[in-house]
Amino acid sequence: MTATGIGAPVRRKEDQRFITGQGRYVDDFNRPGQTHAYFLRSPHAHAAIRSIDTGPAMIMPGVIAVFTGDDLAADKIGGLICGWMIHSKDGSPMKAGPHPALAQGKVRYVGDHVAVVIAETLAQAKDAAEAIVVDYDVLPAVVDTAQATKAPAQVHDVSPDNTVFNWHLGNKDDTEAAFARAKHVTKIDLINNRLVPNPIEPRAAVGEYDFGTDNYTLYTTSQNPHVARLVLSAFIGVAPEHKLRVIAPDVGGGFGSKIFIYAEETVCVWAAKKVKRPVKWTSDRSEAFLSDAHGRDHVTHAEMATDENGKIIGLRVHTTANLGAYLSTFSSSVPTYLYAPLLSGQYDIPAIYCEVDGVYTNTAPVDAYRGAGRPEATFVVERLVEKTARELGQDPAEFRRKNYITQFPHATPVIMTYDTGDYAASLDKALEIADYRNFPARKQESARRGKLRGIGFSSYIEACGIAPSQAVGSLGAGVGLWESAEVRVNPTGSVEVLTGSHSHGQGHETTFAQLVSDRLGISIDQVSIVHGDTDKVQFGMGTYGSRSGAVGMSAIAKAIDKVIAKGKKVAAHVLEASEGDIEFKDGRFGVAGTDRSMAFGEIALQAYIAHKFSGQDLEPGLKEGAFYDPTNFTFPAGVHICEVEIDPDTGVTKIERWTAVDDFGVIINPMIVEGQVHGGIAQGVGQALLEGAFYDESGQLITASFNDYCMPRAIDLPSFQIGITVTPCPSNPLGIKGCGEAGAIAAPPAVINAITDALGHEDIAMPATPQAVWRAAQKSRMPMAAE
Amino acid sequence: MYAFEYHRPTSVKEAAGLAGQAEDTKFLAGGHTLLPTMKLRLAGPANLIDLGQIAELRGIERSGDTITIGAMMKHAEVANSAEVKEAIPALAEMAELIGDPHVRNRGTIGGSVANNDPSADYPAACLALNATIITNQRKIAADDFFQGIFTTALEEGEIITGVSFQVPSQAAYTKFRNPASRYALVGVFVAQHADGARVAVTGAGSNGVFRVPAMEQALSGNFAPEALDGVAVDESEMNSDIHADAAYRAHLVGVMARRAVQAAVRR
Repeated sequence: MTATGIGAPVRRKEDQRFITGQGRYVDDFNRPGQTHAYFLRSPHAHAAIRSIDTGPAMIMPGVIAVFTGDDLAADKIGGLICGWMIHSKDGSPMKAGPHPALAQGKVRYVGDHVAVVIAETLAQAKDAAEAIVVDYDVLPAVVDTAQATKAPAQVHDVSPDNTVFNWHLGNKDDTEAAFARAKHVTKIDLINNRLVPNPIEPRAAVGEYDFGTDNYTLYTTSQNPHVARLVLSAFIGVAPEHKLRVIAPDVGGGFGSKIFIYAEETVCVWAAKKVKRPVKWTSDRSEAFLSDAHGRDHVTHAEMATDENGKIIGLRVHTTANLGAYLSTFSSSVPTYLYAPLLSGQYDIPAIYCEVDGVYTNTAPVDAYRGAGRPEATFVVERLVEKTARELGQDPAEFRRKNYITQFPHATPVIMTYDTGDYAASLDKALEIADYRNFPARKQESARRGKLRGIGFSSYIEACGIAPSQAVGSLGAGVGLWESAEVRVNPTGSVEVLTGSHSHGQGHETTFAQLVSDRLGISIDQVSIVHGDTDKVQFGMGTYGSRSGAVGMSAIAKAIDKVIAKGKKVAAHVLEASEGDIEFKDGRFGVAGTDRSMAFGEIALQAYIAHKFSGQDLEPGLKEGAFYDPTNFTFPAGVHICEVEIDPDTGVTKIERWTAVDDFGVIINPMIVEGQVHGGIAQGVGQALLEGAFYDESGQLITASFNDYCMPRAIDLPSFQIGITVTPCPSNPLGIKGCGEAGAIAAPPAVINAITDALGHEDIAMPATPQAVWRAAQKSRMPMAAE
Repeated sequence: MYAFEYHRPTSVKEAAGLAGQAEDTKFLAGGHTLLPTMKLRLAGPANLIDLGQIAELRGIERSGDTITIGAMMKHAEVANSAEVKEAIPALAEMAELIGDPHVRNRGTIGGSVANNDPSADYPAACLALNATIITNQRKIAADDFFQGIFTTALEEGEIITGVSFQVPSQAAYTKFRNPASRYALVGVFVAQHADGARVAVTGAGSNGVFRVPAMEQALSGNFAPEALDGVAVDESEMNSDIHADAAYRAHLVGVMARRAVQAAVRR
């Protein structure tokens, strides 16, 4: 390992600019002649629009234009799309209702886009929006996930009972047979609470149109600028793909919510041409709460069958997934193919059957949020495994160990083939770090102080490195999920890497440079990572699903291999040896068995001056590109152990210890990985204890600000004890599995398993707020205080 | 935010004069309620009179068994005041528990008392410490000043200049925070005075800050946590929201009161 190569805890190159305020986010871009957009949003969850009178707004000071859905329709601007087709059990396609960027005749959730005002200043745009007169015919709203199909309200004409799809996966007959012969069946009802993503930077867009060149430019907070360009051009029809430049500069967090293509950026690009001036929109936090795609929101009943030896023999799951008022970009894939294929967990379960009903409600669209389907699956599996162990009177760690998959590759009954892993190794290490042996003594000590102590496990697995294009295509994806890279070597030997991945907190400028440093033997200071601009970077698929290491870096590695191969050809000419005798080692091209060698930078110069070879025999220059399509998903897995102490007088749950032992395969930068684990756990703890998006019966979001929506703070978390096990991933050249979502996936069941262990019963839902835990603790038998 | 006229008087008299002349005015102290409300366009006063440059609204003074704090003193200044820490450590500790460092270095005692937010901390301190609210027109006993959520005895244009607290023999404040906002879900200020105990509760009541006579009576006989055993507040008078329903709030009042007494007697 070199000082800046693979495995080195290099400090993040990008942090200097971020912590000194030199980062450049979309809202920092101000274009000459820029105007400001403000969206008038629906105050009603469900209403027909009888009429919109924009007249009074048009005459307000500073107003340049006011547009409604009719204006978009007149220009033949299409609606927003959902890029993943799901078919129901009966073979029928999912029922996708129209999703206009500005409402056409109806609004379907509080925050839905009714009209846009373009004005000289934002304040003027807001003033004018208040002057727009909308005549609403308010309709009954459907809000509750479990009741959506029975509600009198109908969100879309295409779906009379608000069902988007009735989907299933697995083998029903095998599963029924397993349950028929089961010795014990454990049942559980779970709600996976709805979350608001809340990246620190809210969404923003600046649209610009150049009448001279007929080129459009969109600055936008995107995790995948090429996908945004493709959707905006090919599907929505705002501009031709080759005439639209999408720039996603520094982006302050996404957690999935910036994958999607929303109404606001669509309108900004389109309106820039209409008003002949750049148009800027920056979300405020209130708008973010209402209109960013939310996460999770499942209602699940699940059952686990075990035989007389305590071996899991079957799992059946029924989930109702709330997709909100419209199908967001990848919403349909999240509760289906990103969910049910993970229901085998780390366990050898021969029969699994899962049914998922996707439903419409009059709430914000729901789509991928850190983990996307996999936290929901892990919550089902790990809560059920814990409960089963308790009902069978078995130690939860040993019950898991008994059911772990130990032979690889392992094909589950739900599509996935796990490539490698050593789950018992992670468990052993976690038990050691968590000092599991002495937990009973700690529990007793807590009881002496009148406190309830509990311990909870989460033996999670996720499918990352998304994903083999053929595989996802066969499952309904509208795109391939490969990644691209271009490695440009300059004559001075410095390197620019153009990557289709996009960094919005992950630290790619550092980790990707470490790979180049490692492979080419140059310092990371000699490497620039270029991303987030469709005019600079070749088509790429972007960053989500913990894919940038496993897929994005594999593409870079492939391109580097080509650079080295080309370098060998150049070196053969320069060093006057046969190409087969050239070795590349420690940053030098040398002739095997001799002391003749040249540094990488010297060969780069030779490649560009082309004095030592004929340009007809060998092309000058040193630049190579690659597209990498993975052969399988990757399967990060690990064991998290949470230990809590509950104050039964107040219901306050304090996390006393957190142990995380993860197998991410090969790690590029352990410091950055640790940061990802910390952040993931914080978000998972947030879901388990603090966060919950709640709508009232009329469809008003009652947790619409940080006053009521509780984000995790440092004080809510302990110091994490982190361990690592490594089984290199066999399906990509770097052995990387991915780490970005693990904490958010692992944490919720670990917390709830610990709380239910402390309470002595299972009756607690997320978020386990002090009030909920206090009430649940009333049901627990109070520990006898030592006299 | 809607446009407004901004005024910055340098004396209470000038401020009162401005309020008398201009239409639709609001006084600006720390602005921690007013400014966010204006930013959300939920309030739009035509005139904002900033009290931040008025020297006579500042200062902390001990006189006998009262301590008087100028209305524009910030929470951090109260928390760090040697006089307050010496005379009423519970009051300094309460100020240290307000919000976060940003809030404590902007928010003021006068603003908090005038606003009478149902989850603000100072109103509980005022009631428990038998405070007197001093304005440019009169002196008002705390018991008469707080009149329900966001409602006080202040007349239009009347300006709080300071708050006088009665120094107790023992006191403590215990707060159970709303997990999201960190405001008091339930805050209980207990104080033992020569003429008996006072117990004031913020955050919990459906009509704002209130005293608990039953607890005061119990503690006046025996200022000890166990004196509160079996003494409960009426659930029907508690506030209810998504964070805590009335039953939970009523329960927490009891828990926080006992913990406050325990902290006071341990001091």
